[in-house]
Amino acid sequence: MSALAPHAAVTSTVPAKRRSFLFRGLTNQIVCLVVSLPFWILSYRRSPYWVVLVYSFAIGNLIWLFIDGGRQLSSRLLGPKAVDKGHWPGWALMSVTILVGALAGYSLGTTLVDALLGFSSPSLLSNLSPGVITLLVAGAATYFFYSRERLHTEMAAAEAARRLAVENQLKLLESQLEPHMLFNTLANLRVLIGLDPPRAQAMLDRLIGFLRATLNASRSGSHPLSAEFERLADYLALMAIRMGPRLAVDFDLPAELRDTAVPPLLLQPLVENAIKHGLEPKVEGGRIHVQARQEAGQLVLTVRDTGVGLPANPAPAAAPTNGSSYGTAHVRERLAALYGERARFTLAAASGPDGGTLATLTLPLPAPANQGTKDSPAASPPRSRPPTEPCP
Amino acid sequence: MTTALIAEDEPLLAAGLQADLARLWPELTIAAVVGDGASAVTQALQHRPAVCFFDIRMPGMTGLEAAQALAEDWPEGPAFPLLVFVTAYDQYALQAFEAQAVDYLVKPVDSARLAACIDRLKKRLADRAPTGKALDPTLDQTLVQLRALLGAAPAGAAAPRLEVIQASVGNIVHMVPVDEVLYFEAADKYLRVVTAERELLIRLSLRELMPQLDGQKFWQVHRSLVVRASAITTALRDESGKVILTLRGRPERLTASRLYAHLFKGM
Repeated sequence: MSALAPHAAVTSTVPAKRRSFLFRGLTNQIVCLVVSLPFWILSYRRSPYWVVLVYSFAIGNLIWLFIDGGRQLSSRLLGPKAVDKGHWPGWALMSVTILVGALAGYSLGTTLVDALLGFSSPSLLSNLSPGVITLLVAGAATYFFYSRERLHTEMAAAEAARRLAVENQLKLLESQLEPHMLFNTLANLRVLIGLDPPRAQAMLDRLIGFLRATLNASRSGSHPLSAEFERLADYLALMAIRMGPRLAVDFDLPAELRDTAVPPLLLQPLVENAIKHGLEPKVEGGRIHVQARQEAGQLVLTVRDTGVGLPANPAPAAAPTNGSSYGTAHVRERLAALYGERARFTLAAASGPDGGTLATLTLPLPAPANQGTKDSPAASPPRSRPPTEPCP
Repeated sequence: MTTALIAEDEPLLAAGLQADLARLWPELTIAAVVGDGASAVTQALQHRPAVCFFDIRMPGMTGLEAAQALAEDWPEGPAFPLLVFVTAYDQYALQAFEAQAVDYLVKPVDSARLAACIDRLKKRLADRAPTGKALDPTLDQTLVQLRALLGAAPAGAAAPRLEVIQASVGNIVHMVPVDEVLYFEAADKYLRVVTAERELLIRLSLRELMPQLDGQKFWQVHRSLVVRASAITTALRDESGKVILTLRGRPERLTASRLYAHLFKGM
């Protein structure tokens, strides 16, 4: 936007597309003005300067019409692919457009002004240098507009990505510090302080661990799978105190996967959903099983519950499943942003007599972080390292 | 002797409330402590407590649904319990309770707030003691409050209208236009879909179905019954406040609960 600063006050209300058009037009007039000078000098100042200026403006604007028009036309013909790239049909097509547009603009412009002023300019073939200069200027101007537009698009994309990241952090925080969960936990803590102070202290430690992890999660890019499981353990321990015998939990984390780096609290929404939509609505409660395993060179993380299961019918919009769809949508978004096509997430009815729901995440297995390079044959399991987390 | 029932799915919170009540209201006897909505209804019907503390979020049935069921099934005669709803954080519910002057407690429940609630309960119990008539003012008052609370429940964002019910029987799927349905009746995990000719079962709850029906055409007349208004021929109010409905094209009679009896008035 800074390039437009002098006009900003006038153009700030004009839509971006029209603003960009105005900018190109204005720049073009300046180019015409500048180019007219060498042409006047090249012609040994035989004609008065204003004549050269008329030629320059006629030729320059015709060339702009041909090249910009040609660009827009071909990008429209190419369809949405080019539209995505800011109406840029690619350099191959544009080189031809520039060549044809510049030469046609030059010829047509000279012919028109010749007819208008009664002069007779030499044809392009007899005098190459004006044509070459015109072509070079046209190419340079096009390149200038192209790179400027691309810079704008990239800046806008970066801005949008940044905003999305901030929004996601906020949503993550909101979903994890759910007030209902927090106040219920505090209510339990309040009772426990009177009944069993050591247990209350242990519960408070879990709550602190959970809060710290939640508040830090948005800041750090990844943490070891063992840390992910510890945070889940904190959360589930809090839930176990609240739900009593209605909640049973078991974890399955193979030693060789402990150090695998994963995005922080990736599994949290899935465990929360298992509680909220699986076990909490079920009178007799049930079990949550969180597992990590390696399968065909990929990391497979599963959260299985023995709760009420997924709704039998495609959930109507009004059914209270919004939390679930939000949590799963959040996981999907994060995976898409981090891994693109290389990660998968499925939510399905769990097999077996216990029923319930099975959430499965499949991620590409990253090279174990910070592993020694000289003595680590691929087949041997990584040596266990002290946790990379600061211990309390 | 004043008795109370506590319905709270989190055992520690139930124990905590019980301990606080024992301290602040020693004369109160806790008749039962239950962990889900359905047990709350059966235990309350059995013990007929003077006061019920209902947690809002409970498995199976919410506190509000339990209150509805209790009001519908409460026998003629004995005074209806005073209801106190307990919730951790339900912005919407709190507003509704406030608007309807329903007693509620917010978790964590502090002693001062609980003491104030107890004072109000004691006062209301003392007020109604001498009447002892068959006409129970608490029930009428509760019905009005519950109607408002249930009506004010956040209606799901306009769900698309259901046009055809798809009910599978074995490996055949029956397609029943909603326009042919006379009534829906909740039965355990299923929903009976009844037309003039036949009845089918679908796996859907009334709660999920309701937003997809036209509320002008289908009336809820009981927590487990939704009837096409134009299919009702007569409505007969009995002395307990319930309304017996006869239908066009079906021999059986349906019962509208006292919670919905107000729908059937002469014009």
